[in-house]
Amino acid sequence: MTRRSMLARALGVLVMIVFAIMLPTASVAAQDGESVHGTIRDPGGDPVKGIAISVTQDGDEVGDTSTDADGAWQVDLPEPGNYQVEVDLATLPDGVVPKVRGGEVREVTVDEGDAQPVIFPLVKEGEQEEPGSPATEQTEQPPAPPPGETEEPTPGETGVAPAAGASFFDRFMQTLANGIQYGAVIAISAIGLSLVFGTTRLINFAHGELVTFGAVIALFFHVGGPGLPLIAAGAIAVVAGGLLGGTLERGLWRPLRNRGTGRINLFIISIGLALFLRHLILVFQGSRPESYIDFNLQKTMDFGLFVITPRDLGIVLISLAVLFAVAFMLQRTRIGTAIRAVSDNRDLASSSGINVNQVIMVVWVLGGGLAALGGVLFGLAQVVHWEMGFKLLLLMFAGIILGGLGSAYGAMVGSFVVGIVSHISTLWFPAELQNAWALLVLIIVLLFRPQGILGRKERVG
Amino acid sequence: MDFASILTTALAAGIGPVAAAYALAAIGLNIHFGYTGLLNFGQVGFMLVGGYGIAISVSILGWPMWVGVLLGIACAIVLALILGFPTLRLRSDYLAIATIAAGEILRLFYMSSYAEPVTGGVYGLQQFAGDFYDLNPFPPDRYELGPLSFGAPELWIMIVGWGLVALAAVLVYLLIHSPWGRIIRSIREDEEAARSLGKNVYWYKMQALVLGGVLGAFGGMVMVVNTQSASANSFDPVVTFFLYTLLVLGGAGRVFGPILGSVLFWFIVVGFDALLRSMIANGILPFLESGDIGAIRLSIVGLGLLLLMVYRPQGILGRREEMVLDAR
Repeated sequence: MTRRSMLARALGVLVMIVFAIMLPTASVAAQDGESVHGTIRDPGGDPVKGIAISVTQDGDEVGDTSTDADGAWQVDLPEPGNYQVEVDLATLPDGVVPKVRGGEVREVTVDEGDAQPVIFPLVKEGEQEEPGSPATEQTEQPPAPPPGETEEPTPGETGVAPAAGASFFDRFMQTLANGIQYGAVIAISAIGLSLVFGTTRLINFAHGELVTFGAVIALFFHVGGPGLPLIAAGAIAVVAGGLLGGTLERGLWRPLRNRGTGRINLFIISIGLALFLRHLILVFQGSRPESYIDFNLQKTMDFGLFVITPRDLGIVLISLAVLFAVAFMLQRTRIGTAIRAVSDNRDLASSSGINVNQVIMVVWVLGGGLAALGGVLFGLAQVVHWEMGFKLLLLMFAGIILGGLGSAYGAMVGSFVVGIVSHISTLWFPAELQNAWALLVLIIVLLFRPQGILGRKERVG
Repeated sequence: MDFASILTTALAAGIGPVAAAYALAAIGLNIHFGYTGLLNFGQVGFMLVGGYGIAISVSILGWPMWVGVLLGIACAIVLALILGFPTLRLRSDYLAIATIAAGEILRLFYMSSYAEPVTGGVYGLQQFAGDFYDLNPFPPDRYELGPLSFGAPELWIMIVGWGLVALAAVLVYLLIHSPWGRIIRSIREDEEAARSLGKNVYWYKMQALVLGGVLGAFGGMVMVVNTQSASANSFDPVVTFFLYTLLVLGGAGRVFGPILGSVLFWFIVVGFDALLRSMIANGILPFLESGDIGAIRLSIVGLGLLLLMVYRPQGILGRREEMVLDAR
C-alpha cells in the first residue's frame, strides 16, 4: 500500500467534500456532481419566480426547471461538457428582456464536479444592447449573489426624491420631511419593544417579526384572499398583531418568567423565536417584495419647503395621532399609570396591588398591535418583504437606546432622530448606506451618553 | 428514499471546511459568551474583516496571502477595540445591540457601491487563495473512503481548518486553566466581586473580546479560502445566530462545546435539508417547493435554538449552573 493511499484512507474517515454548504444561507446547490445554477433578478434586483429554464446538449434536452420564489434555479447535469442554457422568453415578466439581444441562450462549459453559475442579466425593454459591444462580450459571468439571499428593497424609495439641481436648503428640507416619515414608522413600531423592555426587562428580538406579521396579514386580506380595502385589512392586521403578541406572552414568555429563566437566556430565546417566525413568514409569503394596491400612485402635494404624497402625509399623521394617544394613555389612564409603575419598580407595583401579569399582558397586546400597524405603514411607504421587520428592528433598537432604554417617550424621540439621520445622510452619502449611518449614531451615543436622550441617569454599567 | 446518500451528505457537512470555519468562530464566541459572559452578537463582523483581510490584500493590493492573514488579524483587533471601548462598561444588553449593529454596518458598507473599488461591492472578490492551494501537499486526485470522496483542495482546506480548530482549542484550554481564565470566569459569575478584588474588569473584558474576535477572524478566513470567494452577503447576521445555536447545542463554557456543536449542527442541518429535498422529490410533501427548503432550514434552526435554550441551556457538554446567566 502506498503511503499516499494509506494517508488518504486514514484521513478519509474524517474528511470529505462539501459543495452544498459553502454559504450559510445558500441552499440550492446541494448535489454532488455537475450542475448549473443561478438566480434570476429583474432590473430592480428583485428575484423573479417561475421563469422556465432548459438545458440542452447538442440539441438534446438534458433537463429543465423554473426559478423558485428566490429566483434561484438549478439543473443537475449527467456529466462534464458543453451545454446550452436557455431562458424561455415567454415566461419573463412583461417589459423585461435579456440585457443583450440573444442573451436568453448561454453556452457554458462545466468541469468535473463543478456547480457552474450562469447569469441572465435582465433589463427593461428598450434598454437592450446589441451583442458584440465590449461591455457585454464576456463569457465568464460574475458570480451570482448567493441564492436564498435576496437584495434588500432599497430604502431610498420611500418619500419623494429631492429634485436634482435644487438648492441645498431645498434638498435638506425634502430629506428632512422624508426622514420624519421614516422616523414615524420606526417610532410606532418601537413603542411596543420599549414598553415590553420597560415592564419585563426582556430585549425582544422577535419584535421585528411582529412588524412583518402585520404587514403580511394586511397584504393577505388586501391583495390576496378577500381583497378588502387596505384600511380594513390594516385594521385586521392590527388586531391579529395584538393577538399574536398576547399569545406569545401567555404561551411563552409568562411561563418562562415563572420558571425564573435568566435575562440573557430569554434574550437568546427571543432570537430563536425571531429566526423561526421570520422564516415561517418567508415560506408562506415568498421572498418577492410586494406592494399594497391602494394609495399606490399619487400626485405629490407641494408645501413650499417640501413636497409629499398624500399617502406619506397620511402615514405621518396617523403615526403622530397614535403616538399622542399612547402618550395620553400612559400619562392619564389607570392602565397607563400601572404600566409606568411596573416599569419603574415591579416589586413595589406588585405589592401596591397592581396585577403585574395583567399589565404585562396589556403591554404585549398593545405592543403587538402597534408593531403590526407599523408594519402596515412601513409596507405602504416601501414594500412588504419578509425581512422588513428585521431590518427595521435594528433601527428600532437604535431609536430606543438613543432615547433611553425602557422609556416610551425616549423611544419616540430616538426613533425620529434615527429616521431623520438616515435620510439626511443621503445628502452626502449613497442611499444604500443610510441605515448604516443610523446604526453608527447608536454606537456614538453609547460612547457619550449611554443612558440616552431621555433616559434616567442611572448606572448602566 | 435514499437514506444512505442523505447520511453521507450530512456526514460530509459535519466534517467539512464550513463546519471547521464555524467551529473556529464559535470557539472565539465561546471566549466572549461562554467564559466572560459578553453578549457579542456581531461575531460575524469579525469573520467579515478576517475574510476580507485576505481577499483585499491579495486581490486588490497584490500582497502575498500571509500578509493578508496578518491584516485580517489586525482588523479584528481594531474592530474589537472600537466596539469594546464604548460598550464594555455598559450592561451586556447594550453590547449585544451595539455589536449586532456594528456587524450590519460592516456588511452594508462592504457591500456598498461606495466601497466597490476595494471590496468588489455586491459581487465580492474571488480567486485570491492561490498561495494557499499552491502549498497543498496532496497530489490532485480523488481521495475516497467508504461512501465519502473528496478532492485534494478540499482535503487540504479541511486539514488546515480542523488543525486551526485544534490549536485554538488547546489555546483556550490552557488559557482557561490559567489565572487569566479564572479571572474572566469570575467576571461572568460576578463582575462586582471581581472588581472588589482589585481586578481591572474592563481591561480583562477587552482582552477577551480581542482574543475571541481574532479567532472569529480566523473562522472568516477559513470560510472565504474554502470558497475562494468573499461576498458581504454571506456575512449576514444570521451567521452569528447559527454560531450561538451551535455553541448552545455543544455547550457554552466548555472547551469542546463549540467543536462538537459545529459538527452536530452541520450534520443535522444539512441532513435535514437532504431529507426534506428527497421527500419533496418523492412527492411526500406536496405542499412544499424545493425553494422553500432554505427557509424551512432556518426556521427549524430558530426553533431548535429556542427549545434548547428553554429546556437545556447547558447543551450537551455544559454544566447547568454555569448557564444561569442573569442580571448583567
